[in-house]
Amino acid sequence: MSTLALWLSIGGAGVVTFALRLSFIALLGRMEIPPFLGRALRFVPAAVLTAVVIPLLFYENGTLEVSLGNERLLAGLAAALIAWRTRSVLFTLVGGMAALWTLQAIGLGP
Amino acid sequence: MGRGRIRPENIASDVQGAIEEEPKTESPAAAFVAGAKAIVPVLLALIPFGVAFGAPAIDNGLSTIEALGMSVFVFAAAAQLAAIPLLSAGASVAIVVLTVLMVNLRLTLYSASLAPHFKRLPVGWKGLLSYLLTDQAYAATITHFDAGETEEPDKRWYYLGVALAIWVAFQAATLAGVFLGAWASGGWSLDFVLPLIFIALVIPAIKDRTTGAAALTAGVTAVFAAALPLNLGLIAAALVGVLGGLVAENVIERGRR
Repeated sequence: MSTLALWLSIGGAGVVTFALRLSFIALLGRMEIPPFLGRALRFVPAAVLTAVVIPLLFYENGTLEVSLGNERLLAGLAAALIAWRTRSVLFTLVGGMAALWTLQAIGLGP
Repeated sequence: MGRGRIRPENIASDVQGAIEEEPKTESPAAAFVAGAKAIVPVLLALIPFGVAFGAPAIDNGLSTIEALGMSVFVFAAAAQLAAIPLLSAGASVAIVVLTVLMVNLRLTLYSASLAPHFKRLPVGWKGLLSYLLTDQAYAATITHFDAGETEEPDKRWYYLGVALAIWVAFQAATLAGVFLGAWASGGWSLDFVLPLIFIALVIPAIKDRTTGAAALTAGVTAVFAAALPLNLGLIAAALVGVLGGLVAENVIERGRR
């Protein structure tokens, strides 16, 4: 990616994000979110975050890899378990990295 | 940015007022300090996000100034993290911006919820407070406002205290992450921090069967949509996930009737 395209992406992302933040504050609080949009927005975090994380776990160098040899998938599952039990970002980070390093060291794959 | 300004002489007289008044009475300066103090415990929890952005950003080939520029311009950890793999895969500007839009849609909910409290502010204040709007700033201020402890003119200062403290902590954490990423470049698989932070965010976002359905449909779609051209997989999976949640909600409601 060229430096120009990168800065255009950063600038565009900044403008869009600012517009979202300003939206209702600028509308003086007179306008409410339409009910259907409000219902849909409720599912956005779960859907988007999952959509981001899944390819990062299931794909290695651009190919689908579902096996014991995929250390990132296994470490990701361990991290999900930690996140569920502890609800702590810090524990999830530390536990997930430790799981990955351990799996890389022992090497379950062929 | 807008036209309303924070004038230095106003701040000076506000500080003066705070010193002269009883400590119990809230003044702008006191409200600002109260906000900044209230957010301190949250700042510690914020640090991993900044670091988690800085390290993989460098690992994926961004420069220090680009990583910092992103934290200043976008100032939204989850969206910045989502953009990194796209930037490193050479996705088009439109795809990156659209993805950031999806990830940050929730900010409109906060905007709508805070709007009544900021209704009478000049446009410059609205701009400044909007720029600083984050999950954490929203959560910390709305509970405080709804408790009715803050008078109308002091709300902006309380919020500013909260949000500015978050801004400073996040920029510092980004910088720390950048150095960590440069130091550990290669060998330590630090880019794995990226999926980990999303796992830590998504698990609490799955609160019931409907949000679970949204995550499941998005996840299954993401596995197969990753091969879509133009890096459209993320957006496609997110949209299918939202649809999945809405369908699940309808099915459950119909079952109740």
